[in-house]
Amino acid sequence: MTSLLAPEHREPTRSYPSYSRPLVLRLLATREFAVVALLVGVFLYATANVEFFDGPLTLYFLFRDLAPVLLIALPMTLIIVTGEIDLSVASVMGLSAVVMALLHFEAGWSIPAAAAVAVVVGTICGAVNGFLVAYVGLPSLAVTIGTLALFRGIAVGLTGTTQYTGFPQEWRDLALDRISEGSRFPLVLVPITVLAVLFLVLLHFTTFGRGVFEIGLNDEAARFTGVDVERTKFVLFVFAGAVAAMAGIYFALVYNSARGNTGEGTELKVIAAVLLGGVSIFGGRGALPGVIAGALLIGVLSSALRLESVEDNQINIIIGGLLILSVISGSVLGALRGRLRLPGRAAPPPPGPPGGPGTEAPPGA
Amino acid sequence: MSARTEAGADRPTLELRDVAKSFGAVAALRSGSLEVWPGSIHALVGENGAGKSTLVKIVAGVYRRDGGTFRLRGADVDFGSTAESKAAGVAVIYQEPTLFPDLSVAENIFMGRHPLRNGRRIDRPRMYAESEALFERLGVHIDPRRPARGLSIADQQIIEIAKAISLDAALLIMDEPTAALSGVEVDRLFAVARSLRDEGRALVFISHRFDEVFALCDTVTVMRDGAYVSTDAITDTSVDEIVTRMVGREVAELFPKTPAEIGDVVLEVDGLQSVGVFHDVSFTVRAGEIVALAGLVGAGRSEIARAVFGMDRYDAGVVRLGGVGVRAHNPRAAIRAGMAFVPEDRRQQGLVTESSVARNVAGVIRRRLSTAGLITSRAENKASGPWAGRLEVKTSALDMTAATMSGGNQQKVVIAKWLATEPRLLIIDEPTRGIDVGTKAEVHRLLSELAGQGLAILMISSELPEVLGMADRVLVVCEGRITADLDRATATPETVMHAATRTGDGAAGAERSVTVGRPEKQEASA
Repeated sequence: MTSLLAPEHREPTRSYPSYSRPLVLRLLATREFAVVALLVGVFLYATANVEFFDGPLTLYFLFRDLAPVLLIALPMTLIIVTGEIDLSVASVMGLSAVVMALLHFEAGWSIPAAAAVAVVVGTICGAVNGFLVAYVGLPSLAVTIGTLALFRGIAVGLTGTTQYTGFPQEWRDLALDRISEGSRFPLVLVPITVLAVLFLVLLHFTTFGRGVFEIGLNDEAARFTGVDVERTKFVLFVFAGAVAAMAGIYFALVYNSARGNTGEGTELKVIAAVLLGGVSIFGGRGALPGVIAGALLIGVLSSALRLESVEDNQINIIIGGLLILSVISGSVLGALRGRLRLPGRAAPPPPGPPGGPGTEAPPGA
Repeated sequence: MSARTEAGADRPTLELRDVAKSFGAVAALRSGSLEVWPGSIHALVGENGAGKSTLVKIVAGVYRRDGGTFRLRGADVDFGSTAESKAAGVAVIYQEPTLFPDLSVAENIFMGRHPLRNGRRIDRPRMYAESEALFERLGVHIDPRRPARGLSIADQQIIEIAKAISLDAALLIMDEPTAALSGVEVDRLFAVARSLRDEGRALVFISHRFDEVFALCDTVTVMRDGAYVSTDAITDTSVDEIVTRMVGREVAELFPKTPAEIGDVVLEVDGLQSVGVFHDVSFTVRAGEIVALAGLVGAGRSEIARAVFGMDRYDAGVVRLGGVGVRAHNPRAAIRAGMAFVPEDRRQQGLVTESSVARNVAGVIRRRLSTAGLITSRAENKASGPWAGRLEVKTSALDMTAATMSGGNQQKVVIAKWLATEPRLLIIDEPTRGIDVGTKAEVHRLLSELAGQGLAILMISSELPEVLGMADRVLVVCEGRITADLDRATATPETVMHAATRTGDGAAGAERSVTVGRPEKQEASA
C-alpha cells in the first residue's frame, strides 16, 4: 500500500512553528515554576533567618520524615492526572508494615523476605483498587474510601492493640543511614530519586504517559485514539499499591514501629503535595517536577516554622491556606493566560492562504 | 395568548443595526444587522465564524453588545441577562437543548414558574393539562409525565419550543436545530415552525443546509466575517448566489466526486449482529470506493460503524480487513489492521480538545514515533507538522490547543490524525456536521481525492445531498438492518427515503410508529 497523501501527491501547503511562545516563557510562566520559585525562596529565607535551619540535622530529619509522602506522591500524580484518586495508600502503608512485622516476629522470616511479601500484598491491594475502578468502572473516590477502611481494618485486625518494635538494628540502620558520613541527606533519597526519574520519564516521555494525560482530559477520545484506558488505570493503581507498601516498610524501620494505625493520614498529605505542585484535581494537567517541589515546600515550610516554635496546628493552618491559594492562583493564572493569548493569536497574520486569524474567535459562530 | 405577537405588524419584531462585539482584540461581530418581521421565518446564514452565534447570544442576553442599535418591537433594549431577554419575549432553541434529564417533561416546560395551588404546592394536574394543551397546539404527542431523559433531540427541541410558546415568545431563534435530526423529524419541526409563523410570531432559522432554508424560510440574511452582507426574499435568490456571498468567492462544486478506480475488497462485514441494535449486517467496501450508510438518526448506522471499529461489542458476525479477521471489541486491533475512524462527535470523541494540535495529530501514530516506548515533543511536532499542513489546518503554532478552533478546523485535525496512520479503510461519521460551506467543500474534495488514491471509505451521513453526491454506493439502514444497497445510478432521494422509512412496507411502518410513540403522518410528505 502506498502512503496516502504522500508528499508526491500533495505537498504541505503550510508549515507551522512548533511553539507559540518562546522557551523562556514556556518554562517560566507555569505553575510548576511558581512552586519551585516559592520553594527556593522559602528555603533561602529560612537558611538566612531561621536559627538552626542550616544545622546538620534539619535537612536530614526533613527528608527522613517527608520520604513516605515524596514516594507515594509519584504514582499519585499519575493517578490524579487521569482524573482518578487513591485514598487508600495510607492504609496500604499500614497493612504492609503490619504484614512485614508479623512475618518477621511471629513467623521468624528474615526482613528482606518479609518485606518482599509486604510489597506483594501492597501490589495486590493496588490491583484490587485498579480492578474495581478500571474494569468494573466504579468511581475511584468511592472505591478507595472503601478500601481505605478495608485495608486499615485488616491491618488492625491482624495486630489488635499490639505494637511491634525491635526491628533488627542492621536494617534500621540502613533506613536511617546517610548518603555519606556526616551528610545532611538520608540514604532513602537514592531510591526516591531513582523512582522519581522513572515516574517522570513514564509520565512525560512515553506513549503510556501521553495516554495518561489524554484519559484525564477526555477518556472517550483517548479510547477512540487507541489508548487502553482500562489497562492504564489498572497499572497506575498497582504502582500506587506497590510504592505505598515500600513506604510502609520504610516507615516501620525508621520509627521502629508497626501497628494497625501506621501511616494514618498520609494520604491527605500526599494529595495536598500533589495539588500544591500544580496538578489539576480534574485530571489532564500537571507535571512531576512541580509535585516534588510541592512536597518539598510543605516539608521545608513545616520544618522552618517548627524551628521558630510555631505550633503544629498553626503550621497546618498555614499549609492549608497555601494549598487553597495555590488552587486559586491556578484558575487566576489560567484566566490571565487566556486573556493574554488572544491578541497574540490575532495579531500576526498567519502564512498561507488568506483565512483571517489562525483560529476563530472564541465564541465561534 | 398571542395578543402580544399580533400587535404591531407595522414594525419589525427584531431590529439590529450595526451591532458590534469584541472579545479582547478579536472582533467576533463587527457590524451585524438583522430585521425580522412578525409572521416571517427569517434564515440567517454564514460560514462558521461569520458571527451568527454571537449575534444570537446578544439577542438572547448572553453577551452585551459593544455598540449598535438593538430594538425589540420598536423599543430600544439592552439585556444584561438571559432572564431579561426571556421576559421580553425572546426564546432561543439551541442545537442540543439542555433539559433537566431527571425532571418530567412538564416540569421542564414550567421550570421556575410552576403553577401553584394554595400553600405554595405545585399544581401538577394543571401543569400536565397545560403541557398537553401546548403539545396539541404543536401537533405532537409527548407524554408530559415522562422524564426528559431518553427523549430524542428532536423531542427535546419540541419541549423547548413548547416552553417558548408558554412564555408567549414573540421571537423564536433556532440555532441549527436540524443538525441532529432525521428527515421525518425535520418535517415535523418545520410543520411546527410554520404554525408558529401563522400565529404571527417572528422566527429566525440558522442552518447550514440550503435545501431546508429554501423549503422553510421566506427571507434570508447572509453574514460574512462578522458583518452583514445582504437580505433578500427567498424567491429572489438562489443557492449559488447565497453561497457566493457567504464565502466571498465562488465555491467550486460542493460535491466534487470524481470517479475512482474501484479495486479489491478491503472491508468485509459478514452477519454482524448486536442484539437490539442491529441485525444480520453484511456488506463490503472496496479500495477506491465511497460507501455511504444512510438512514434516519437512530437507525443504527453509527452503532454498526462503532462495532466494526471495535468500540462496541457485537454478538455475532465477522469483520475482515484485506481478508484477515479483525479482533472484536478492540480499537487497537482495528487500527493495527489499517482502519481509521473519524467519529461523529468531534469534541467528545474525535479530539482531545484541551490538548495541542501536535499531540492530537500524533495521537494515533505515537507508538510508531516512539523508541522503546519513549517519545519526545520534538518527534511529535516533526511528524504532525506536515500532516496539519497538507490539510491546511489554521493554527498559529503546533502547541495551540484545539479547543478554540472552529468546527471545520477541528475536523481537519481529526482527519489529519487518522491519515497520518496511512489507513486502508477510513470510516467517517458525519464528515461535515457543523462545518461551514467552504470547509465542507474542502472535506468533500479530500474524500474524493483519497478514494482516488485507493482508500476505501465508509461514510455515514444524515445529509441526503452529501450521500447522493459523494457515494459510489448507498447502503440504507432502517431499524438496525440494511434495507437497500443502491448504486450511484439508482440512489435518489426517493429510493433512499423509502428504504430508510420502509414506506413501501406498511407493517414495518406501523411497528415504528408504535415503538417511537408518535404518529407518522408527516412521513407522507417525506
